[in-house]
Amino acid sequence: MIEFWNSLHPVLQAVIKGLAVIGVMFPFGGACSLVERKVSAWMQGRPGPNRAIPFWFAWVPVVGPFLQRLGVFHLMADGGKMFFKEDPVPGHVNKFYFYLAPVIGMIPALTTVTVVPFGAYLDDAGRLVPLVLANLDVGILAVFAVSSLGVYSLILAGWASNSKYPFLGGIRASAQLISYELSMTLSVLPVFLWVNAPGGQGTLSLFHVVAAQGGAWFGLWMPVSAIVFLVSLFAETNRLPFDMAEGEADLVGGFHTEYGSMKWGLFFVAEYSHMLIGSGVFVLLFLGGWNPLPWVPLAGVAAWLHLAGQPLLLGLLSIGIFLGKVLFFIFLFMWVRWTVPRFRYDQVMKLGWQKLLPLAIANLLFYAILIAFLQKPVS
Amino acid sequence: MAYVVERKPLTLSERMYLPQILAGMRVTLKHLFAPNVTLEYPEQRPAIPAGYRGVPTLVKDPHGREKCVSCQLCEFVCPPKAIRITPGEIPADQPDRAHVEKGPQAFDIDMLRCIYCGLCQEVCPEEAIFLQNQYSMTGYTRAEMVNDKARLYELGGTLPDRHFKWDKKKAAAEHGNAH
Repeated sequence: MIEFWNSLHPVLQAVIKGLAVIGVMFPFGGACSLVERKVSAWMQGRPGPNRAIPFWFAWVPVVGPFLQRLGVFHLMADGGKMFFKEDPVPGHVNKFYFYLAPVIGMIPALTTVTVVPFGAYLDDAGRLVPLVLANLDVGILAVFAVSSLGVYSLILAGWASNSKYPFLGGIRASAQLISYELSMTLSVLPVFLWVNAPGGQGTLSLFHVVAAQGGAWFGLWMPVSAIVFLVSLFAETNRLPFDMAEGEADLVGGFHTEYGSMKWGLFFVAEYSHMLIGSGVFVLLFLGGWNPLPWVPLAGVAAWLHLAGQPLLLGLLSIGIFLGKVLFFIFLFMWVRWTVPRFRYDQVMKLGWQKLLPLAIANLLFYAILIAFLQKPVS
Repeated sequence: MAYVVERKPLTLSERMYLPQILAGMRVTLKHLFAPNVTLEYPEQRPAIPAGYRGVPTLVKDPHGREKCVSCQLCEFVCPPKAIRITPGEIPADQPDRAHVEKGPQAFDIDMLRCIYCGLCQEVCPEEAIFLQNQYSMTGYTRAEMVNDKARLYELGGTLPDRHFKWDKKKAAAEHGNAH
């Protein structure tokens, strides 16, 4: 099978990979919206969506009602509604950019997936091989560079809508991104300081970060980095308590006020994709990626389960471990969202510039000195 | 009276903010597993407390006889003028009610006008109109939202009666009105 895959034309390979990404991310965005509705309902003491069921599925005895109670079919109902409802375009918008904005929102969301490794297996020589669509050596830089472009869609949407609330939303989104991008990037530097030990080959690859976490996870001995990164992640993904860009209390719907149906749906999917990628990057950087437990690397588990010779099973196991952690973080995003009220805009700015940024810089200095002592080349 | 709210300085954990968020997340997690507090409405109905002021209805006495005597007090008192009564004679086929002076020929309550104030129930000298526990009125047309006499009795049913006023009046009349 692998030979057959390698014999395909590279363009064809890329198209298949791209379709796979779309095929995973879109249902994932929909599923996340459903989970969000369910989690919010349960946290508020409601049953949540539990009505929709296709008539032919209602005949299945136990599973049908169970899935109905779980609201699984609302996923299809929501998606179907999004595709088929009327898509009004207000008369006062700049049509070209108005249509362009959701598309631009999807591009970084779908592009960053390709550089995030989501699993690993041992090849015949016993080396770990990452499962990743594009194994770039600049991994984290690519993620930061491309995912930040997502805010352009918000700005564009806000501007093209030609209406004051979307415009304010777009401005807030950009200001927020600039404020938190700094502390986010500074907070991951200690990790890469440690991974790039003197004398070794310099790398920014996420795969090598995970490989360096066979022992203690970075989250355990760089907790401040992890917290700063996580808080910045909330701000970057525009999730509550930082969803200034769409704060419905003061901005109606923020940047997507004028959008409806599937164009709005694209913003939605892009937001959830950013959440997924952000959680993935956090897990890779600070929570050991596909290593099941601290001090228990994947290779150790493979030796214990005798899976070393079976790349397929080990690959699935590593994907399972990684996805489990990512899904926990998706849940954490929702958990925080339904716990913490939205910040005021000046509080967001204050937190970003006056609290997180100095904290990230102090953290960087501290770990730079610490790592310099720990990794002093033996002369 | 004016008083000064004491603003306590924030404690360290409050200023750090994160411990407070964690405490909040503990609360929401508890709610995540707590039982639901809502009813799934069309299947589960709320228990209606006694004295609930629902849709006004006409009731019969325990003998199954019409209580309303068409005095039209409710029609006069009704603030939004939702009640319309056409008074009439007692039909000849009801000899046990022949001593009652009047009865309603038609009795319409327009539920699009009714404000559920309960004044009709309060004013009724015969205890014939009651706001009972029906809380859900729906219809596709305006005409459907007008409850006529048959519908009002269907909704009202029979309520216990302690007085049997007209029985007493009849007995008194038979004994020479000696009251």
